[in-house]
Amino acid sequence: MTNPVQALNSARVRGWLYQALFLACALAVAWYLVSNTLTNLATRGVATGFGFLHREAGFEIGESLLSYSASDTYLKALVVGLLNTLAVSAAGVVLATVLGVLIGIARLSSNWMVNRFATLYVETIRNVPLLLQLVVWYTIMNRLPSPREALEVVPGIFLSNRGMKFPVLVEHAGHGWALLALIAGIAAAIAIVRHGRRHREATGKPFPTLPAAIAAVLLPPALVFVATGAPLAFDVPVLSGFNFEGGGSVTPEFTALLIGLSVYTAGFIAEIVRSGILAVPHGQTEAGLALGLSPGKILRLVILPQALRVIVPPLTSQYLNLTKNSSLAVAIGYPDLVSVSNTSANQTGQVVEAVAMMMVVYLIISLAISGFMNWYNRRVALVTR
Amino acid sequence: MTENAIIELRKVGKWYNSYHALRDVSISIKKGEKVVVCGPSGSGKSTMIRCINRLEAHQTGHIIVDGIELTDDVKAVEKIRRKVGMVFQNFNLFPHLTVLQNLTLAPIWVRGMAKSEIEEIAMMYLKRVRIPDQAHKFPGQLSGGQQQRVAIARALCMRPEIMLFDEPTSALDPEMVKEVLDVMTELAGEGMTMVCVTHEMGFARQVADSIVFMAEGSIIESGSPAEFFENPKSERTRQFLGQILEH
Amino acid sequence: MSKQFPADQAPVSAGPIPTGPVPPAHWAASYEEEPTQASAPPQANGMTALKPFGWAKDNLFNTPLNTVLTLACLGLLWLVVPPAANWLLLKASWSGSSEACREAAGACWSVIVVKHRLIFFGTYPYDEQWRPFLACALFVAMLGASGVRAFWRPWLAGAWALTLVGMGVLMWGGVAGLSYVPNDRWGGLPITLMLSVFSIAIAFPLSILLALGRQSSLPAIRTFCVGFIETMRGVPLVSVLFMASVMFPLFLPEGVTVDKLLRALAGMTLFTAAYLAEAVRGGLQAIPKGQYEAADALGLSYWQKTVLIVLPQALRIVIPPIVNQFISAFKDTSLVTIVGLYDLLTAATVATTDPEWRPYFAEVYVFAGLMFWIFCFSMSRYSQWLERLANRYTRR
Repeated sequence: MTNPVQALNSARVRGWLYQALFLACALAVAWYLVSNTLTNLATRGVATGFGFLHREAGFEIGESLLSYSASDTYLKALVVGLLNTLAVSAAGVVLATVLGVLIGIARLSSNWMVNRFATLYVETIRNVPLLLQLVVWYTIMNRLPSPREALEVVPGIFLSNRGMKFPVLVEHAGHGWALLALIAGIAAAIAIVRHGRRHREATGKPFPTLPAAIAAVLLPPALVFVATGAPLAFDVPVLSGFNFEGGGSVTPEFTALLIGLSVYTAGFIAEIVRSGILAVPHGQTEAGLALGLSPGKILRLVILPQALRVIVPPLTSQYLNLTKNSSLAVAIGYPDLVSVSNTSANQTGQVVEAVAMMMVVYLIISLAISGFMNWYNRRVALVTR
Repeated sequence: MTENAIIELRKVGKWYNSYHALRDVSISIKKGEKVVVCGPSGSGKSTMIRCINRLEAHQTGHIIVDGIELTDDVKAVEKIRRKVGMVFQNFNLFPHLTVLQNLTLAPIWVRGMAKSEIEEIAMMYLKRVRIPDQAHKFPGQLSGGQQQRVAIARALCMRPEIMLFDEPTSALDPEMVKEVLDVMTELAGEGMTMVCVTHEMGFARQVADSIVFMAEGSIIESGSPAEFFENPKSERTRQFLGQILEH
Repeated sequence: MSKQFPADQAPVSAGPIPTGPVPPAHWAASYEEEPTQASAPPQANGMTALKPFGWAKDNLFNTPLNTVLTLACLGLLWLVVPPAANWLLLKASWSGSSEACREAAGACWSVIVVKHRLIFFGTYPYDEQWRPFLACALFVAMLGASGVRAFWRPWLAGAWALTLVGMGVLMWGGVAGLSYVPNDRWGGLPITLMLSVFSIAIAFPLSILLALGRQSSLPAIRTFCVGFIETMRGVPLVSVLFMASVMFPLFLPEGVTVDKLLRALAGMTLFTAAYLAEAVRGGLQAIPKGQYEAADALGLSYWQKTVLIVLPQALRIVIPPIVNQFISAFKDTSLVTIVGLYDLLTAATVATTDPEWRPYFAEVYVFAGLMFWIFCFSMSRYSQWLERLANRYTRR
């Protein structure tokens, strides 16, 4: 049996002691904060718990993917907010990726003028706060002319201070089938691309992958479309009175947020794409050239597989940033999760619950995305000693 | 014009901006000949052999490989690159592919060979460079010497008529130099045309048909190993040999 | 052998602008050997890069695709530059009333002339605005001085402490004959500067503790730090600011109130600390294991090892990421407008709501954007310079 003084010198005992001390302090602080909070809430007469979720919300939401009215519950209102967040984030991710990849490639262009333009874009966009950019986009949207004098950007597409109006196809049974045929075609095209690669590897003979894949995507829907009588009627927005009727529309808030988020994030994605491609040593290209591979094949077989490993992890965290940044919607009145939570908190006074729920939801989104990232990293990690 | 030369450089000049990297370099190499190029760093050795498969473009003079002149004609360059294998100082293996995939990539996509067919050939070459058991590992798992031997096998899989070596042993630890040189010596014994930039003078003495000494972008002298080592003509060569043979 | 060019010899296709970030050096002609000497430039069919005409041919019209792209860019310039120049400069109205602006075809910079005090200093008492001006000038001067490596000495910390006290005196007043100005009347640039600098300054020591905690071998401490860092990094700053502004008052005993500015600062600090902690962790991981082993072998205790051996090396590595985090914090201060604070962006927005000047919002936002851009761009250039410097030292 060692005596107590000796035991204190054991690294293990010390470790436990430090941790116990730390936990005790943390618990004391937590208890102090919680008890203060409870007292404060009690004196203000605010209820606690999540019972409020099932009460009537009583406020309208400007746009919603579900049918929602003021008589629905808080829970439904929050779900509507979450869906709005996800909708604008998903659209933003797609747009930002397309724009970012283009600009990233332009930054690498040997054409002096193209790469100056790209550099100008990146250096401007990244160095001005996103919120300022959003406010500018939103102000532009709001100061657009009224529907009566709406700008007709492309025939049928109108921009006004009520948002963007565009023609939509009049629904017809044939469209469903054509869409199904398109999905089947895309699946077939993926199979063809895979087969093409396998065919090439197995026989070394080229396979007409590209024409076959394009045909697979385009032909079936076109055939179905013609077979069902080619129902091609558009519901074009028409001005009637003070506003448009018919057609599809997106609100100015959504448009401003989408443009702002995509343009801003694209600046960061461009730099990621650029440094990812630069990260592949030039020796790889030279080795490919020396083996007689064409520049296109070097890009596809040698550079891209290596660049993607560098690009994907930071790209994922940009997607995450975009999703988190969509919370700035609250500043321009787009009803996203933060905005709806905020309204609910103000109405019920149940601030703690509202803020906690909002943070938990974002945390779940973040964990899901970083889970994907870790999975991807493990999958593509280079094997070394 | 020299008869039956497989590689012919005539008054080749190259500049990097205002820096004159190659000055009227002329050399002619016959089929099956083994040429070792040496010289101090910055002498243009690497630039010269990189011009032979147009990894660098020369600006004046002519380079003719196997009867085809190298110009900016893409088809001609492609033809030459199929005939000319190259081994780099830093191996330049593709880190995302296994050793076997490194070997089969170009034959499949450039030569249009079937995978089963080329895999057999690739394994044969891996046996010749004595690492068949590493076929399914990734380059990052191999030692430097093993990687360089894979790089040689990769070039050989394209069935080249000429092999270029750009300081193949300079990035290796001393104990690995021999295993790579052994493979190269064996290759030389089979009658391959070889142009090799190296400072391994033992290898040069044993294998080379002729030795080319370069300094400051020009060829100072060339000749058989015996002449070169026993009786160097220029002061510059003597000086270089003095430095390199001291240890 | 390093691939390197003498200062005046850029690779061929980089053209006459070697400072341009692209084309990357290795995409141009590269060669493995260091040039030992230069010689006369080639004649007739040598290099074309020396003449402007040749440069344009090499960099703008070298392939059909590039020619098309160049023409497209020129077209874009033709479409954008003349109207932009007209609006920004040539046809702009530089002074006078809003009536004068209505007649001018270009931008109305008069709005800046009229509103610049509001944009810079918000609702700070008009006659006293020399005080925030002086405070900002002091601040910017200190920021500039902190960028000079020769000044990275202990006295710099002292100078900062003095500056902060000086700023407090200037902004609050109440002593030395200065009238007292409560901080709910502060606004504009001083708020933006103070929030970003204070949040980084307080977050920095916190982030070191968090990073060390995350590396700790004690599970309770490690779990706490990982939990804190990942939570903060997983949620948007807006939600942290909401939490700070509505929940902090609930945490405190009855009767104790914390002002809005301090609450926002607390939120920003916690948020920044989590991001900084990850940067510091990167630095800690970059230190070779041998350093830890050598310190252990010398018999140093955990804290001696950390303070004397590990941190000095780690912090040197993380200076560029810290500057980048500062840029983020600087941009992020604009978010405090959402919890009702009066920063530069809020002030700009307020300036656009004046009915008389309402049509000229673009000018105000261009101006505010330019302010942010100047700060962020110069800091990002500075951080790139630091990174290059660090690379140069570690490579040799």
